Amino acid sequence: MRMSSDVLVRVERVSKKFCRTLKRSLWYGLKDTAADIFGRRPSDQLRTEEFWAVDNVSLELARGECLGLIGRNGAGKTTLLKMLNGLIKPDTGRIELAGRVGALISLGAGFNPILTGRENIYVNGSVLGLTKKEIDSKFSEIVEFAEVGDFIDMPVQSYSAGMHVRLGFAVATAIKPDVLLLDEVLAVGDVAFRAKCYERLAHIRDSAAFVLVSHDTDQIARVCSKVLVLERGTALYLGDVGEGIRAYQELARQHMSMAPHEHTAAGTVASIASCDDTIVDGGTLNVSLSVTTNEGVEVADVRVVLWGDDGLAALDAYTRTQGSSFDLQPGCNVLTLVVGPLRLKRGSYAISIAVLDRTNNRHLYWGDRIRTVDVDGATAGAVSYTPPLVCTSISSGNDPVPPSTLASSACE
Amino acid sequence: MIEPSTGPRSVRSLVTVYTPESPLRQPRKFARELISDLWGSRELAWRLFVRDLRAQYRASLLGYVWVFLPPLVAGLPFVYLNSAGVISVGDTPIPYAAYAMVGAIIWQTFVDALNSPLRSVNAARAMLTRINFPREAILLSGLMQVGFTFVVRLALVIGVFAAFALKPAATSPLFVVGMISIALTGFMIGLVLTPLGVLYGDVQHSLPIASTFLMLITPVLYPVPSSGLGAMVASLNPLTPLITTTRDWLTTGAAVQHIAFLVVSGVTVTLLILAWVLYRLALPHLVARLGN
Repeated sequence: MRMSSDVLVRVERVSKKFCRTLKRSLWYGLKDTAADIFGRRPSDQLRTEEFWAVDNVSLELARGECLGLIGRNGAGKTTLLKMLNGLIKPDTGRIELAGRVGALISLGAGFNPILTGRENIYVNGSVLGLTKKEIDSKFSEIVEFAEVGDFIDMPVQSYSAGMHVRLGFAVATAIKPDVLLLDEVLAVGDVAFRAKCYERLAHIRDSAAFVLVSHDTDQIARVCSKVLVLERGTALYLGDVGEGIRAYQELARQHMSMAPHEHTAAGTVASIASCDDTIVDGGTLNVSLSVTTNEGVEVADVRVVLWGDDGLAALDAYTRTQGSSFDLQPGCNVLTLVVGPLRLKRGSYAISIAVLDRTNNRHLYWGDRIRTVDVDGATAGAVSYTPPLVCTSISSGNDPVPPSTLASSACE
Repeated sequence: MIEPSTGPRSVRSLVTVYTPESPLRQPRKFARELISDLWGSRELAWRLFVRDLRAQYRASLLGYVWVFLPPLVAGLPFVYLNSAGVISVGDTPIPYAAYAMVGAIIWQTFVDALNSPLRSVNAARAMLTRINFPREAILLSGLMQVGFTFVVRLALVIGVFAAFALKPAATSPLFVVGMISIALTGFMIGLVLTPLGVLYGDVQHSLPIASTFLMLITPVLYPVPSSGLGAMVASLNPLTPLITTTRDWLTTGAAVQHIAFLVVSGVTVTLLILAWVLYRLALPHLVARLGN
């Protein structure tokens, strides 16, 4: 056997061609079938209107590892997953998988809406390769996990979307696979159920190798031990989770519309007088804002939001929630804002600033992504906030522990 | 620590390899895979069959009426036209109405089997593009459905025999063999057309038209013509020995085309295996073209 005992997934220079137009795609499908019949190797050249949906991707995954597959829509994530699951053939390269392969490319694909949950558990279980005996023995566990309760003997079409998903996930993870392929399935379901899914995944994690496709970088950061970033079919980055997520967010940022947008209420004139364009790690963000109003405002608030590369808010500072306010006199007012000290990861952040009248919750001024600021912080981490972390180790025993047992020994 | 798994896929659960090469490059491995998948798909096929059956009758008011309608609709007009003297089918060994009804029931099984593979694959598109399961299961479950429908329709055959006070011939157990051969022939033709039919809707559109045409040029509702163009067409039509022999086995026991029946059945089985290989070769390419 070529595979060493703990490498469960080996992908070597795998590529897959797709075609842009349907008509030609169907025709190529016929031609490829004919090539198989005559035992010919598929050409590794692109034909008219074709492109590489997955281009020369290689990776290895051992038991206990979890690979996060990230990339923008159409980057080739699902295509790669489908090749790993043997649903479609690679056009070049080689894929080796050891052990039982479980895949959740879609939850509840075998569900029939007219049949009851009970009947569907048996059908779906069989589709995933479980025998009747195995399903019998896991039935109550599946029902309990899915939290469908009395609905179990009702037609699946009367289930809520969440129940549908819970039942699908419960059946699919009951197969105890060596390799588990998950395609965006955890994105659905409510927060409590998602937490339960993570728990179950953690449970089988040591005995399996996972591949998880997701757009949710938080999820990837929480679950995965390494990351593959795909962009137009090619592997942009393979390795550390933090670095991979950063590469992906950089990619996402390039394609995100960041057009600034400014608005002032009638009778108000406002503009940014000055704004920092760099912040050192642990420093503050200083902005000064001039606001000219016709009428005075007794209780005014200001709110500052920093947006990260991923388009998510990195921080949200608001005088009202911090229990302070200020007043605006008729005429010109200069507001001096100090936000910080800031512990943000390195990167470029967009700034949004709002000035509000608390008595009527009206925006006097609203500037969305009007400036950007570069933060010179720590590089690692998927989340923007990187506070200092101090770890002190206290040894209680007198005997030095041999280095080889350090990792596994627990303190008495 | 690969635990001994016991699912249908366990036969090749140790190491799975996917390459661009045609599976025909390793014919032995491919043959082993086909056989183990066919064997491993029994339970799933049964479950899918039960699922479809339940769903079908749960969401239907008339239920089994739909099983009896097609042969009645095909056969009764001929009985009417013949009795009204509009057409004359000539002498039949048993009363024409019984002859035509038995023919129509036999033929409908052929048509069911012909439509079965493409219908099954199209109905399972969502599963095929998302789940790796033994691909034979949906074909087997379709065949089971054809068989089940036939068994239910036997009630109609019994009714016809009772109505005309006929007794089945001594050779009637062979009728089942004949029906299996007819069903497999229809299924084989359907399976050959399936890869094309999954990609192009034309096949599905043309199947009902083609089967009506085929019925009219095959001695289903009339006996084999003894002379002229009809005799020539009937003698060239490979379905003729299947239909007439099967019907004769049930009704008169005077079947005459045993050799032709065996030859056609043998060819059917051979082509069925080739169609199965074609189906397996084509599926990954079809799934790739079907998208999500």
